[in-house]
Formats: sequence, structure tokens, C-alpha cells
Amino acid sequence: MRQITIIARRELTAYFTTPLAFVFIAIFVAMTGAFTFYIGRFFDRNQASLEAFFSFHPWLYLLLVPAVAMRLWSDERKSGTIEQLLTLPITTADAVLGKFFAAWAFCGIALALTFPMWITVNALGAPDNGVIVVSYLGSFLMAGAFLSIGICMSALTRNQIVAFISAAVVCFLFTMSGLDLVLNFFRAWAPSSLVDAIASFSFLSRFEAIGRGVIEARDIVFFVSLMAFWLFATVVAVDSKKSG
Amino acid sequence: MSAMVEIDRLSKAFGPIVAVDNISLTVKKGEVLGFLGPNGAGKTTTMRMLAGFLTPSSGTAKVCGHDVVEDPIAVKRVLGYMPEGAPAYDDMTVAAFLSFVAAVRGLEGADIQRRVHEISETVDLNGMLDRPIEYLSKGYKRRVGLAQTLLHDPPVLVLDEPTDGLDPNQKHQVRSLIKRMAAEKCIVISTHILEEVEAACTRAVIIGNGKLLADGTAEQLLARLPDHGAVTIECAAEHVDRVTASLGKVSTVGRVAQIDLGPGRNGVRAHPSSGQSIVEAVSSALRADNVPFAEVYRHRGSLDDVFRLITRGSDRAAA
Repeated sequence: MRQITIIARRELTAYFTTPLAFVFIAIFVAMTGAFTFYIGRFFDRNQASLEAFFSFHPWLYLLLVPAVAMRLWSDERKSGTIEQLLTLPITTADAVLGKFFAAWAFCGIALALTFPMWITVNALGAPDNGVIVVSYLGSFLMAGAFLSIGICMSALTRNQIVAFISAAVVCFLFTMSGLDLVLNFFRAWAPSSLVDAIASFSFLSRFEAIGRGVIEARDIVFFVSLMAFWLFATVVAVDSKKSG
Repeated sequence: MSAMVEIDRLSKAFGPIVAVDNISLTVKKGEVLGFLGPNGAGKTTTMRMLAGFLTPSSGTAKVCGHDVVEDPIAVKRVLGYMPEGAPAYDDMTVAAFLSFVAAVRGLEGADIQRRVHEISETVDLNGMLDRPIEYLSKGYKRRVGLAQTLLHDPPVLVLDEPTDGLDPNQKHQVRSLIKRMAAEKCIVISTHILEEVEAACTRAVIIGNGKLLADGTAEQLLARLPDHGAVTIECAAEHVDRVTASLGKVSTVGRVAQIDLGPGRNGVRAHPSSGQSIVEAVSSALRADNVPFAEVYRHRGSLDDVFRLITRGSDRAAA
């Protein structure tokens, strides 16, 4: 646990040593705002809720979270520092978790900086703040799930761009798997149990449920076990690929 | 003195390619072992297995009694390892990087600062602590890599090409540092610079194609050369026969042959009948017979010759 904290602290600091972190946070905050007001028609809705705000999170994460995750392992392999890191007295799992928590904390910081939205909606009306808290929690969990996919893709290649694109594609599949666009493709031939299984992997339907203020244990279990799965895959990928 | 590194029938294959093939050797405290071999011989792979970065395909190694396969974390604790090229996080400052390694190595609080300063003193990194690593010269970067291995004062050091790419002054500094630490530690360095073996190592092993080809001190390796210990007598062409006759009377001289030393220069080479030095005997025999000669010198040979001889696979003595 001590080792994980030390690694996470180093990684989090590494984000902020380049202007990239600030650019990322600025883009995230600006985009959530722009989407909420222009595309989400925040004022026209005439509702004191952040539903419009949160409904764009999956789409923003789709592009931004792979960008946060892409350098985590591919950069280590490209610059050779992976050999330095993994010959310190730590396990591969320590390193994977340390990096993951750092990236997740970074997403948390970006998410927290959208607080002016919360203030705005409270100033304009009387929203259900319970729903908003649950939505923030759901959004944070979803960011973690996207990240765990991104970090695994990053462990599979030395090239950050490849890591970014493959992470975005896999995240896209997970986001979309509940939509008819994807499901119709499977309905044509697959048994309905498989179609249901695929649909159940959808981030979107889970996140919509959370957005209504209903956070169920099974949704939390879904996101957490998804993260556990991808992080485990990352450990396997790092171990098997480190010689390359 | 006890063996601190024991490599036991260590092998590593990448698919069909056998990078390290059944290597066994031990290194004791106080020894500086030079790991020699052509590029691609398996030096780095062996060191990576020692450092717990790669898992052996078969065989194992023990560092201070800890098995690299069964307990890699314990091995990593007692080992200071510098990977090839001394990779470090470029965007960190020297102090931040060393503090990070020190923290992972188990140091805490004020100890970290104190130790980082101590070590940067040792490797002469003072004044560089606040610079980002990416702006350092190659020599300083290498020193950061070296400093990183010393933070926890490990009993065993494994350094992959510690002087590669450094200028002669920097090489000298790194070698003297290694020599200074040698008595207290067990040090394994890899290199393909052979002068390094004579400058810094107490013992050398040569590997080629993943196999251990030779193991000994620099002097023992030189003794493998067919010309080792031979004496060359340079003289005028008309005196060659007299020199040869005179050499025939020396009991310790074995084979004698006339050799060509280049245009207008003639010489005779005398090989010792066994391992002893024959320079004294040869020169006094020549003087006793009043044979005029220009020069008598002992052919020592160079490690480069040994290296070529052995790694070309033509080392018959190695069988």
C-alpha cells in the first residue's frame, strides 16, 4: 500500500509538470460547460437539474480519458524507464494500481473543477442536490472504468497514439453496447441471452440510471468489477510485454 | 568470503531464440566482475534476470541468498541495479527522481533528503539537483543512474554498461568510484570496453551466444593467447641465424620462429616452453653470446585479442 501511494504521488506530479494537465482540465471544464448550455439547452429546459450537464460526460470521457491514460505505460516502455521502475522493490500490481489511482485522481480533479455548474444551478433554482451528488459519483466511477481500459491499452503498445486510438475504440464499444445501433447487429444472429449480456455492459444505460439519482449496488459492482478486470489484464500485459 | 551472487544454470529463451544458455557462476564480496561479450551475447538479458526484471526460462540465481524466481522483491531490496542507458524520468528534477527512488526503497522523511545529498556528493552531482533530468548531459545522466543504485547502500551492485558513451574523464571517475566501493560490495558490470576490465575489474567472464566462454582474471585470460609470454627479438637480417642459435641454448625457451616485423625489419619470436617469463633468460643468453640485437620485448597481447579469439568460437583451450 505504501509503495502504491508513492508511485501514485509521482505519477500525479508528473501530470502537472507539463502544461498538458492544465490544457486537459481547461478543455474538460470548457466543453462540459459549452455542451450543457448550447447543445444541452440548459436554459430552455427550464429545469433546475444538471441532467444535461451529466449526459455529455460519457462522450467527453470517450476522447479525454484515453488521452489521460495513453502515456501511463507506453511511455515507460518507450523510454526504458519501465526497467528502472520494475527493478525497484515493488510488484507489477503496485505499479499498475499506483498509476491507475494517480490518473483517476487527476480525472477527479478535473471533475471537481466543474463545481461552478453546481453553484449556477443552485443559484438559479432549487435542484435535487442528492441527485447531483449521485451523478458526480457515477461520473467518477465511469471515468475510472474508461481509465482502466485506457491503461490496459497503454500497456500493450510502446506507441502513445496507438494506445489512445485503441482505448477510444474499446471505450466506444462499451459506451454504445446498449444502443440499438450495436444491438441490432447482434440481434440478427445471436441468442437473446448474448444480446442481453452485451447490452448489460453498456456504460450509457448504467450511467443514465445513475443520472436519475438511482444508484444501485449492482451498478457500483459493475463499474468496480470492470475496473478490476481491466487492471488485472494490465498487470498481465505489463508482465508479458516488458521484455519487448 | 561468501558468494553473494550465485547464478545457477540460468537460461532465457525468447521464442526460438536462446539469449542466455545455461550460465552458472558465482561472485563474492569484494569482487568486481566484468561481464564481457559482443553485442547481443546475452549480457543485458542475464543482468535483467538478476535484477528481477525478466523471469528465467530455466535455472535460477540467488542474490544474498534470495532466489530471483521465488522471492524477487527480496532480491530487488538488496540489489542496486542500473539498466542499460540509465533510463530515468526525464521530466523530473534530479532531486525529485532520487527522492522517489529513495522513498520506494523504504527511506522516510528527513532520511530521504539526507541520503540524496550524501549520494549526490559521492557521485559528484552537486549543483545539478534542481535540474530536470532531460537537460542533463550524458555523463550527469549516467551519474543519476549510478546514484539511484546507491541510495539504499545495497550489498550487491549490478551495472549495465556504466561507462558507455562517457568521455575519458567521466569514465575514469566512474571507474574510480567502482573501485572505491569494491571492498565493501559485490559488483557486476557489463561492458564491451576491454580496457575497463583491466581498469576496474578483479575478474572477467566472457559470454558469446548466451554461453559462458571464459572466466578468470585479466592475466588468466591473456594467458589464453597463443602468443602470450612470447618474446620478440628484433635484429638485423644477417644476425637472425645467430639469434636463433643462441635461443636454442636457453632451456626455458620452447618453439622459436623467424617472423616478419614489417619492411626492412627482421625478428625472431621465442615462445616459452611453459608458462614462465623468459625475457630475462633470453636477453642474458644473447648478451653472453655477443649477438647484436636492436630490441627485446615481451609480447603481452591485449584483451581485444582474447576477446576476438574466444568469441569467434575458435578458442580450443576453452573446451
